Formats: sequence, structure tokens, C-alpha cells
Amino acid sequence: MHELSICRSVADIVARHAAGRRVTRVHLRVGALRQVVPATLVYCWELAHDGEPGTAVLAGSVLVVEAVPAGVRCRRCGAHSELAVPILRCAGCGTTDVVLVSGEEFLVTSFEVATDAVEA
Amino acid sequence: MGDHSGYRTGAERVEVLERILGENERVARANRAAFDAAGVTVVNLMSAPGAGKTTLLAETLRRLAPHRRIGVIEGDIETSLDADRLAGFGASIALVNTGNGFGGECHLDAPMIASALPRLPLAELDLVIIENVGNLVCPAEFAVGEDRRAMVFAVTEGEEKPLKYPVMFRSADLVLVNKTDLLPHLDFDTEAFRRNLDAVHPGVDVLAISARTGMGVNAWCDWLADPLGAPGAAPTR
Ligand SMILES: Nc1nc2c(ncn2[C@@H]2O[C@H](COP(=O)(O)OP(=O)(O)OP(=O)(O)O)[C@@H](O)[C@H]2O)c(=O)[nH]1
Ligand SMILES: [Mg+2]
Ligand SMILES: [Zn+2]
Repeated sequence: MHELSICRSVADIVARHAAGRRVTRVHLRVGALRQVVPATLVYCWELAHDGEPGTAVLAGSVLVVEAVPAGVRCRRCGAHSELAVPILRCAGCGTTDVVLVSGEEFLVTSFEVATDAVEA
Repeated sequence: MGDHSGYRTGAERVEVLERILGENERVARANRAAFDAAGVTVVNLMSAPGAGKTTLLAETLRRLAPHRRIGVIEGDIETSLDADRLAGFGASIALVNTGNGFGGECHLDAPMIASALPRLPLAELDLVIIENVGNLVCPAEFAVGEDRRAMVFAVTEGEEKPLKYPVMFRSADLVLVNKTDLLPHLDFDTEAFRRNLDAVHPGVDVLAISARTGMGVNAWCDWLADPLGAPGAAPTR
């Protein structure tokens, strides 16, 4: 599966934005129509950056995946349906004349950096 | 920060909102620009392992290579077996082994295609066909700079596959239904397959073929003559 190479891409993106700051959590948004298993991503995360050049700031960080359900909007009746299976169909009127409005997201949304400095 | 407790153990949140595969997409656009500059049309051929990509490519080259200048990029995890099967037809073959690192990548990505480009005489070619790594999941996520995607689906795989692996079926511009010579020996439900395919990718082009007997292969070659004229751009590009 390609979760490892996806984690490597995420690691590169976050390390670039972190610019030397120590990263504690990384947030992804992944649509249900992506055939990516969130648990596998989380599992691969450490493997993906451990020992890779330029990603030392990610050591010990945690990956958090926000899973977005697939949703369609009906062109006939206007209803919004959330999909339990990847069948693009309106739950209201049954037509397949629908527009996909969510489910293909594949983003690094944000990350958190440690700010454990003591203030005066 | 508005925290005056004296000691900040908290975290500062940094917004990113970057596409995870953005770097691959950037390289894919560069590949595409190189193909466009050379006037080459590029088709990414994907399937599950063993669906018949190499067999179909051999039949395709047998028919087209005498008339068109064709390049093939062969993605293979470890071997040159598939590339060897395509030698001798007069096409230019570039092999990409994905086996470096972790047991081999399960897909071709845009940087791998970029690395193969210097090994093809692009300026002299009309058409490049990329045989992706046999895998029903991963290749669909990685654009490589192709103009069109064609998917080989073998009837031996079962009619429920579009529902189980919607990403590739959704991303294909053309679905080739292969090994139809075996239909008399199987209980494959063609109607159910078409219903399932239509559920995940309404209106996609479908062509029934047998790479073994040659049935439908001429129609596929006609499609290859003008893949850009064929309707339908993939929704998940
Ligand atoms: N009966 C029948 N067998 C076929 C057909 N097309 C391919 N095969 C057989 O299916 C097997 C796999 O075919 P390949 O062409 O190697 O499949 P592939 O998709 O290139 O496989 P990988 O590159 O390993 O993923 C071979 O034994 C082929 O002879 C067909 O139309 N009918
Ligand atoms: Mg092959
Ligand atoms: Zn409706």
C-alpha cells in the first residue's frame, strides 16, 4: 500500500513549514473516497520520518487524521446525502444525477509546535 | 499569545492547508509539459496484478508499432520480465524498477516517470504508454503527467470490484474489460458489473476485449489513435 509514501510526503511538507521548530502533532484531512486507511497512516508515520534527512523536528510527533465522509448534492431535488458506500446516488430521490461535494480531500491542514518556553 | 500564566507548555498551531500529493502533482505537471513540448500523447495503463496489461501492450505494439512511433514506460517492482516481453516490436522501451527501499513501491509516481524520460527519444515519438505497477489501489492516487488513464479489468476479478476499489474505477477515462474469452467458463455477471461500474463512475467509456484472442483490440487501438478526442476527463485527477 502507499501509506508510507504518503507519510513521507506529509513529513516533507511539515518539516518545510516547521522551519526548525519541534513539531508535536500533525493534522490531516482525508476524504472517504481516498483509499487510504487512517490507522495505517498513523502506524506508518514514525517509519516515514525516522532517520530521514531533514525531518528530525518530527521526532516523537503524532499524526491525527480527520476523516471526511463522502457526500453528494442532488441536481434534481437538491438534497444532500452522506454516502456509506461509494455509490454516487441521492438518498432522497434515488437519482445518480449528483455532484460530489466531499470525500476527495487529501490535505495537511495544520500542525502544532511545542512552545515550552518559560516566560518572565 | 494571550496567555499570561507565566509558563507556556501549550502548542502553537500552524495552518498549512497543503495538498498531500502536491509535490508529486508539481512533477507530474513538469512531465506533462515535457510531453506536450515533444508533441507526445501519454496514456497511463493501470490494473490489478495480472489483469493483462503486458499481454495487451504486446498485441497493441504488434498492430500499431509499424505505423506509429510508440514509447513504453514499464513499471515493474523488481524485474525486467514485462519489458523483455515487449522487445522486438520496434517500440522504445524504458524500464522503471520501483524496488528500491521498502519492498518496492506499489505504484509509479511522477518523479519515477521523470527519471525515465531521458531514456526515451521523446521528440521522435507520437504516443507513450505507461504500464503502471499491477495494483488496484495505489496507482490511481498518483498522477504522472498522463493525458488519459485507461484501466484493464479482467472478468476473472469479479463483478463487485468497482464497489471495493472505487478510486481507480473513478479515475479511469476508459475501462477495458479483458479476458472475455473466459466468460463461458465463469459465472461473471456482466450486467451487475456494468451496474457497479456505473454506480461509481457514471458514463465512463467501456470496451470489452480479449488480449488473448485479439477481440476488441482493434477498437482499443482506434481509441489510442485519438485518446484526447475521446470523451470524459477523470474526476479525481
Ligand atoms: N484467457 C486470457 N488470458 C489472458 C488475457 N490477457 C492476459 N491473459 C493472461 O493473464 C496472465 C497475466 O497477464 P499479463 O499481461 O502479464 O498481466 P499484467 O497486467 O501485465 O500483469 P502485471 O504486470 O504482473 O500486473 C498471463 O498468463 C496472460 O497470458 C486474455 O484476454 N484472456
Ligand atoms: Mg505486466
Ligand atoms: Zn435527489
